[in-house]
Amino acid sequence: MTVASPFASINSPDRQDPSREIAVRVRGLTNQFGSKVVHKDLDLDLLAGEVLGVIGGSGTGKSVLLRTIVGLNKPKSADIEVFGQRIDRLERASRVALERRWGVMFQDGALFSTLTVRENVMAPMREHTHLSRSLMSELADMKIGLAGLEPDTANRLPGDLSGGMRKRAALARALALDPDILFLDEPTAGLDPISAARFDQLIRSLSESLRLTVFLVTHDLDTLVATCDRVAVLNYGKVLAIGTLDEVRANPDPWIQEYFSGPRGRAAMG
Amino acid sequence: MTSAEATFEVSERADGTKVLAVAGDWTIWTIGSVEGRLGRLPLSAGAQLDARGLGRLDTSGAYLIDRALRSSADDRSDPEGQMLNASAGARQLVSVVRRASPVSSASAPEKSGLQEMIARVGRGSVDIWHEFLGTLSFIGEAMATLVRLLARPQRIRWTSVTAVMEETGVDALPIISFLSFFIGLVIAFIGANLLAMFNASVFTVELVGIGMLREFGVVLTAILLAGRTDSAFTAQIGSMKMRQEIDAMRVMGLDPMEALVAPRLIALVIMTPLLAFAAALAGVAGGLMAAWLAMDISPSMFISRFRDVVPPQHFWTGIVKAPVFAIVVALVGCRQGLLVEADVNSLGRRTTSSVVQSIFIVIALDAVFAVVYYFMDV
Repeated sequence: MTVASPFASINSPDRQDPSREIAVRVRGLTNQFGSKVVHKDLDLDLLAGEVLGVIGGSGTGKSVLLRTIVGLNKPKSADIEVFGQRIDRLERASRVALERRWGVMFQDGALFSTLTVRENVMAPMREHTHLSRSLMSELADMKIGLAGLEPDTANRLPGDLSGGMRKRAALARALALDPDILFLDEPTAGLDPISAARFDQLIRSLSESLRLTVFLVTHDLDTLVATCDRVAVLNYGKVLAIGTLDEVRANPDPWIQEYFSGPRGRAAMG
Repeated sequence: MTSAEATFEVSERADGTKVLAVAGDWTIWTIGSVEGRLGRLPLSAGAQLDARGLGRLDTSGAYLIDRALRSSADDRSDPEGQMLNASAGARQLVSVVRRASPVSSASAPEKSGLQEMIARVGRGSVDIWHEFLGTLSFIGEAMATLVRLLARPQRIRWTSVTAVMEETGVDALPIISFLSFFIGLVIAFIGANLLAMFNASVFTVELVGIGMLREFGVVLTAILLAGRTDSAFTAQIGSMKMRQEIDAMRVMGLDPMEALVAPRLIALVIMTPLLAFAAALAGVAGGLMAAWLAMDISPSMFISRFRDVVPPQHFWTGIVKAPVFAIVVALVGCRQGLLVEADVNSLGRRTTSSVVQSIFIVIALDAVFAVVYYFMDV
């Protein structure tokens, strides 16, 4: 039994246990666009079963880091392992098998605008699994329910949905293949505070009930407080600090201090 | 990642309760082999699950198991009591999935094919009528804007006008001349063969001259503009609409009619006659070439006969149509662009209908011109 599957990690009692398996291991990541160095020799570990929040100012390469891990951006140099496999050295077939184990939710949803929400959620299943159409449709409806949407949303087109509903639909699609790792790019950006708070709860409860490993890029301090087990701060092309929220807040770096002790930071910390 | 095959067995206890014993991994990758058999199982209400042999489980596997355990599709009772030998994680997963499943699958009632077809025909006809009215009112609005601009010419955006002139006129010149040249060549060759049967191959000059000046030069130009420029107008304005740039212009007090439509309209009205002239010229040159190659009519003979037998009225009747076609192409392209909505689909749909509509209107108007000229005897 592999530890990484949702079911297998069910019995791991402590989410903070440092000896846990590493889901994503990034070593020596360097990303450069033209003369602009975004990441310089960056190291990061994403532990299985944790919710890791990645924060940092605009332009510090949070989204680039996410895109690099899931293979949308080719780094200048890097050693990235997902579940112990070097992603740049995989054969095509095993690479595809690995890609099925993560789900990605893009910032503005990136739903296929010509398909209904149900068809959007079914799209990865139709591509990768051999289930009957009716079961795929039922499973899609179930995922839509998991993401907290009403059943009648399934027949609607993404263009007819509000921003919050689109994010939930995108989350349902990211969950379509029951991934082990979920990558979320600014899940609460552009949502009103009530919807954002509900989305935070949703991510937390899903990560607990489905035993997901979550990599979450965010600007939202409330999201950090509500959902994350650990926080990583990106700045100067590196991970400036990583640890629980309290550990990171104790870091004397001026940027971190400004981030958490500004008016918004104080409000979020309570 | 190797996985054990999903299997199950149904047994019946002494008290009549059915027990579903599952084994192996139940994940989205493994349940394909059992879904058919499990779906047809007659499990009575209150059936129980024996999860002793269960390996991995994910929400898809949990859904399939839960569907079999539910007494009816709408059963939302707590499944806790139905599960034996299940780990805490599996129990939680099944409960989560049961809560998330929609109460009844909300699918739209199927309509009969015939009914659907009649409805489509009806909708289509109404759409055509609305399109017609919409185009008319857009033409009116554009003309009103144009008159307003002519009254105050300093408000015309000459930078945009010249940019569009270059993009749609100068840049289109090579392709339009090339195609007209070949069309002229083809007409001359066909004419030469046919007319030779009556020993009248010298009439090829009339055929090419009148054909090119009156019809082909200007119609070919209009059709190429419809394919090349009209689609570009729709795509440009349509993507601006999608990115809310048009809305931004409106709230700033900029009239999109004045800022986007008018420059394109003015530029095309100026450039289309010039392009049509170039096209006619290139077509005649093609005819001249064919006559020289195939019929030994020398260029100087071709030109002198051309001067004698093709009066300038043919040129004018042709070139007069050019501004009209220009208005059609510019306005249809801009209007369809402004009708694009937020989704990607509508951009494609609007670009298609933009090109189709403008080609259709150009050819229909050309027929109207032909009838009018016939009765005017020109």
